Amino acid sequence: MVGLAATFGSGAMTNSINDFDDADMFLVIGSNTTSQHPLIGSRIINAVKRGAKLLLIDPREIQLAEFADLHLRQNIGTDVAVLNGIMNIIIEEGLYDKEFVETRTEGFDQLKEIVGKYPPRVVEKISGVKATDLKKAALMYAKAKKAMLAYAMGITQHTTGVDNVKTCANLAMLTGNLGRPSTGVNPLRGQNNVQGACDMGGLPNVYSGYQPVTDAAVKKKFEDAWGVATLDDKVGLTITDMMMAAQKGELKALYVMGENPLMSDPDTSHIEQALSNLDFLVVQDIFLSETAAKADVVLPAASFAEKDGTYTNTERRVQLSGQAVSPPGLARPDWQIICELSTLAGYTMNYKSPADIMKEINALTPSYAGITYERLERGHGLQWPCINEEHPGTPYLHKDKFSKGKGTFMPCEFKPVAEMPDAEYDFMLTTGRIYYHYHTGTMTRRTSILEREAPAALVEINPEDAKKLGIKNNETVELTSRRGSIRLKAELTKRVPQNVIFSTFHFHEAPVNILTNPAYDPIAKIPEYKGCAVKIRRCA
Amino acid sequence: MRRTRTVCPFCGCGCSFYLLSEGERVTGIEPSPSNPVNKGMLCVKGWNAHEFIHSPERLTRPLIRKHGELVESTWDEALKVVAEKLLDIKKQFGPRALGFLSSAKVTNEENYLFMKMARAAFGTNNVDHCARL
Repeated sequence: MVGLAATFGSGAMTNSINDFDDADMFLVIGSNTTSQHPLIGSRIINAVKRGAKLLLIDPREIQLAEFADLHLRQNIGTDVAVLNGIMNIIIEEGLYDKEFVETRTEGFDQLKEIVGKYPPRVVEKISGVKATDLKKAALMYAKAKKAMLAYAMGITQHTTGVDNVKTCANLAMLTGNLGRPSTGVNPLRGQNNVQGACDMGGLPNVYSGYQPVTDAAVKKKFEDAWGVATLDDKVGLTITDMMMAAQKGELKALYVMGENPLMSDPDTSHIEQALSNLDFLVVQDIFLSETAAKADVVLPAASFAEKDGTYTNTERRVQLSGQAVSPPGLARPDWQIICELSTLAGYTMNYKSPADIMKEINALTPSYAGITYERLERGHGLQWPCINEEHPGTPYLHKDKFSKGKGTFMPCEFKPVAEMPDAEYDFMLTTGRIYYHYHTGTMTRRTSILEREAPAALVEINPEDAKKLGIKNNETVELTSRRGSIRLKAELTKRVPQNVIFSTFHFHEAPVNILTNPAYDPIAKIPEYKGCAVKIRRCA
Repeated sequence: MRRTRTVCPFCGCGCSFYLLSEGERVTGIEPSPSNPVNKGMLCVKGWNAHEFIHSPERLTRPLIRKHGELVESTWDEALKVVAEKLLDIKKQFGPRALGFLSSAKVTNEENYLFMKMARAAFGTNNVDHCARL
């Protein structure tokens, strides 16, 4: 999100899910859409069936590859080089949108200079993508009238994640694919309210609506509204920094609401040390997750079915969700727990309902000002920005100008994955999710049909590699990185290229994040889940 | 049979469906045909999103660690321990010794209140969630 915020001034999906129906062309990079966002995946497939083009850039032969007009299988972590190569060709051939570049953007000369260093031959050496295929890809994207670029964690979960995002944005600006329906740069968000958690200021640097904690006027506004003498005007710690501070003994207490860092964070043994080093750990959740089992106090929360509230989806649509049943036993909705705890800690919170809380959000958050319960009850949600009660919401961003005025080209140079395979750790491990499970598996692994379809962790290995190692399908193998080992069964499949293996973080029996590298992007602080060096051994 | 309009708890698509319930039991799911996101369709996770709600493994009581074991407790006791301990650490080491991890799974209203509590009640900007993960 920081990558898009720097380029356009606003970090969110620029267009809408409905736009997928009308696009002429899709560039999908770093998103296993049919598996992770199935309802968006099916829209892409339907659009392709009616004639839209699909350019897929992904090292794995994911399901969308069956429908792609062209599939570029780049080496892991070489996205910047591939996209720079595409831009190099588009500029060389004079196919860029000159009017858009002149009137809506700045920094074109720098872009031209940097991408000039990535002619097809150079890109082929770095990425393994053939020069002829790169040229086809460039022409396909440049010639489309309405091209939607969609990406997910395959772009962001790299030490160069921010560079990857900026490079996607550069490509869309270069071809004028912004500020119109069925175009844009569209990050597909992986959790049902990850957009909302960001929008509501669940971040160390901003209050709700991305209002900076460092801004004196913003600070004053929140101090007055909340009735506190002074709020901290220094940026706080990210989750990555908190774990490091806990290890050093500087962070003493951690309050975790509905998250499972012990399964989801990289280099699990380090996280475990960090959590054990705390004086006090509170976990509020619906299940006794791996993290909750380590806590000093565990607070039982209500699930989505047991409370009212709103969620914001990947296209910035705020939707209302109602309470169907009561929470089990003594479990309570998170908002009630927070109100009571805050009041006990000496800061009184008196809200009668989530609707009551939303009124305060409306008053303090310009982009949510017009999103009221009355309006949400009547329809199917509102897309922010929605600045007052008459505003219809915003299906696509940056119509006549970017949030920050002109869009800025921010060209990037290619940098390899932080931990490349070597003689000892000779395979590249990349991680993700599968269709049947979700995140750390706390919900989906307790769902019988999903558990029946995918009961165990698997590692995908190319049959050629398996042959060399003497590994047969469904045999148990041990994966070892510099940080630890796990055992799981091998699935022999050409879905992965040679020298690359793939596994998921759904299964506590074989937690893949024991292996992953905590090296992270210096700005976004996102760890490199998508590439680290491992070795494989067949278990006798 | 009651029908309650909700939002799917899994990915970021934001599909809308009705939870069908009888008494305190959710019995099924019916996707919303008029919703612009999913138009009456769901994926296999969405169609089964009601099952984990009634899992026997749900947490139903506050737990406090005593002599190394998590034991059942009351809300009064658990919340008192949390408030006192957090205030105590704040007093001894300052507000930056506290960290708050918000959630990409809970509602907007809850995310808003959680960051408000971290900032207004405990005085720290150490608030984050797992968007990065």
